[in-house]
Amino acid sequence: MVKLESLLCPTPAGLYCPPGDFYIDPVRPVPRAVITHGHSDHARAGHGDVAATPQTLDIMACRYGDDFATRRVALAWGETLSRDGVDISLAPAGHVLGSAQAVIRWKGVTAVVSGDYKRRRDPTCQRFEPVPCDLFVTEATFGLPVFRHPDAADEVARLLRSVERFPERTHLVGAYALGKAQRVIALLREAGWDRTIHVHGALLALNALYGRHGVDLGPIAPAGDAAGKLPGEIVLCPPSALADRWSRRFADPVSAFCSGWMRVRARARQRGVELPLVISDHADWDELTKTLAELSPGEVWITHGREEALLRWCELRGQPARALALVGYEDDAE
Amino acid sequence: MRAFARLLDDLSFTASRNAKLRLVRDFLAEQPDPDRGWALAALTGSLSFSAAKPAAIRKAVEARMDPVLFGWSYDYVGDLAETVALVWPARPGANREPDLAEVVEALRTATRGQVQPMIEGWLDALDADGRWALLKLLTGGLRVGVSSRLAKQACADLGGVAAPEVEEVWHALTPPYGDLFAWLEGRSARPSADTPGRFRSVMLAQALDEAVDFARLSPDDYLAEWKWDGIRIQAVSERGERRLYTRTGDDISHTFPDVLEAMTFEGALDGELLVMRDGVVGAFGDLQQRLNRKTVDAKLLKAFPAGIRAYDLLLDGEEDLRGLPFTERRKRLESFVSAAKSHRIDLSPLQPFETWEQLATLRAAPPEGDPRIAEGLMLKRRDSLYEAGRPKGPWFKWKRDPHLVDAVLMYAQRGHGRRSSFYSDFTFGVWREDAAGDRSLTPVGKAYFGFTDEELKQLDKFVRDNTVERFGPVRSVKANRDFGLVLEVAFEGLQRSTRHKSGVAMRFPRISRIRWDKPSRDADELATLERMLETP
Repeated sequence: MVKLESLLCPTPAGLYCPPGDFYIDPVRPVPRAVITHGHSDHARAGHGDVAATPQTLDIMACRYGDDFATRRVALAWGETLSRDGVDISLAPAGHVLGSAQAVIRWKGVTAVVSGDYKRRRDPTCQRFEPVPCDLFVTEATFGLPVFRHPDAADEVARLLRSVERFPERTHLVGAYALGKAQRVIALLREAGWDRTIHVHGALLALNALYGRHGVDLGPIAPAGDAAGKLPGEIVLCPPSALADRWSRRFADPVSAFCSGWMRVRARARQRGVELPLVISDHADWDELTKTLAELSPGEVWITHGREEALLRWCELRGQPARALALVGYEDDAE
Repeated sequence: MRAFARLLDDLSFTASRNAKLRLVRDFLAEQPDPDRGWALAALTGSLSFSAAKPAAIRKAVEARMDPVLFGWSYDYVGDLAETVALVWPARPGANREPDLAEVVEALRTATRGQVQPMIEGWLDALDADGRWALLKLLTGGLRVGVSSRLAKQACADLGGVAAPEVEEVWHALTPPYGDLFAWLEGRSARPSADTPGRFRSVMLAQALDEAVDFARLSPDDYLAEWKWDGIRIQAVSERGERRLYTRTGDDISHTFPDVLEAMTFEGALDGELLVMRDGVVGAFGDLQQRLNRKTVDAKLLKAFPAGIRAYDLLLDGEEDLRGLPFTERRKRLESFVSAAKSHRIDLSPLQPFETWEQLATLRAAPPEGDPRIAEGLMLKRRDSLYEAGRPKGPWFKWKRDPHLVDAVLMYAQRGHGRRSSFYSDFTFGVWREDAAGDRSLTPVGKAYFGFTDEELKQLDKFVRDNTVERFGPVRSVKANRDFGLVLEVAFEGLQRSTRHKSGVAMRFPRISRIRWDKPSRDADELATLERMLETP
């Protein structure tokens, strides 16, 4: 069998595949890139060829403009692209709309680069698909046993309970603009919240994009257009807007923040969050370890996050693993 | 347990007092007996279990998971109960979730050997929030920002009664407070408050408004005494029960064994708890050494001996004096204190005066001795009965004018809750000259009130426009000789402090004026502050 390092190797620009001459989620402009999903630390503008799912390409165009790359190569689920004897295909990663794992096959060896992923149900994107492989390259954003995300539906129920308890206040929910916001809206709809959801301007374009890809988010209105202070209503905004002057227009807002980091009280307090909602689009500790146990690949590489604990877990199980310590990915953003 | 866990969780993130009151009141209204009673006991600090030790809990978790992974988790989270709650490995098909009452009742009767397996069984059955609540309950100190006063207020809100009514019966009640809820919900009469050693709701004074009150009040109707700078207490010794209460009815007897021992009388005194050395009063800082301690050692008792300076008598033997006029009670108090014959109990002397002008002179320049460190004066109408609460008219407090200092804004921190979009906590400094003759600012205090909403907006804008550096939620603000915002800071007292770089610590600082007009280089010097230091 060929050495795994000759198929994939970490470089300052990102994970590189020498025989296929392409990078996966490069952090610098490169001639050929495979992009797993649209979050800005993984999908950057300025590459030559960009291969990704049609949804991811759409997201990149929406964020960076139509000229974000020289050429786009849309890969539907299961479709294969061959480059100098290397076969590349994409499998759903369950992280955000269009998020994929890069499946790379060369000389009988299969490597899977997970990008960011989660295993739980999410009404706004396709569910993670395990792909048997020799090498599994995993993230470890929540790679500590303290991170065990509760059921997202229960967290949304907590939000609705708070709205009921404080009907004179606006509930201002901080959620990242790509993926988290749409998932929270979809979960609110599933929980029966059919009122108009007011959103910060920064969320409008991506909400519309989700709509074009068949994700129905129900009635949405820009919060800026609202006449009153929106007591009793739910308003979504990017996390940075929670403590921004923008938030002062609302009625004594209850600030809620959706993130896996909210599991730890000190993190929630640091941000001055009144209603922390543990809703994450990353795998928690149990999902990370269950996935490794399920795939049981010949080798595990860990790209970014809290790799030491996951390495320790692999070591205890006799699972060969190493940390790549790739730079450029945000450990804390979620 | 689930509802209790949710309550603790919500409370721990809620800053506003009103929102907290609503959370507690709703919980008490919705939860059944005896769960809500045990929860109330936990919130008011009336529950403690000695059988559960943090070390044993740590051992249990390390038996179930890799100690290295646990160690890293603990390092990351920083709180043992929270870490254990989060990492405890779930056990599918574990037992039914326990009720709060079940947990409390089991712990109260369990022996040390029985406790550990019980706790592990509960941890298996609960989710992360439930485990956290259980561990907080076990290890004491919920630390969710609820005082027992707030909990009692929530009870009062539940029953639509005034808080003193709850405080008065409180010490006659025991958890899980079935009789209290029956009364609050109108299902039975108010429980009897007639237990020996109970708390009696205190009478509070209004702040004097010099501009209005002197014109309409006659000095002949009032008696004056110093307003001592300790904490208000009620010392009750009744049919063998001795208790020391704060003015909100919290029982602090165990912290002051020296005072308790001196309470050989039969009755209830109202007075000030102070550090007293041979009849000379210590500064508030001395008393602080004695407050909020779980245990007191001999060294502390010797270095900071506590005593009571008495100013009212509520109960003399078995006779309730609260219906008598102040002058009558005062006479009884004087003979009561001299009969007590203790160096730990003395009398707060009256200060004779004839005109308001005379009193003002006295307040401005107190005589040598204890009055120098008094907080100001108290005025009590001669005919005033002892009424619970803060009635308008009979008692006034006339505090000394605060100290004022002009300081320069140095750092600002984001507020919480309603103020989370504002930089509302301000650190300010004064000028200090070093050995080389260079002047630099040294922080001397922090204040987060005293300004209006409109002023807060202006301060917030100033901070945003003049930020030099950011450290998380804190910004440092441009402040040098030529540029800076001067704040007039009012405070009650100044003490030496080894914990602060400047060597001084302010008591009760607040922003009294924003000096947009004053150049930063004209702000005060540290030397000015040092001259104000209290010398006890």
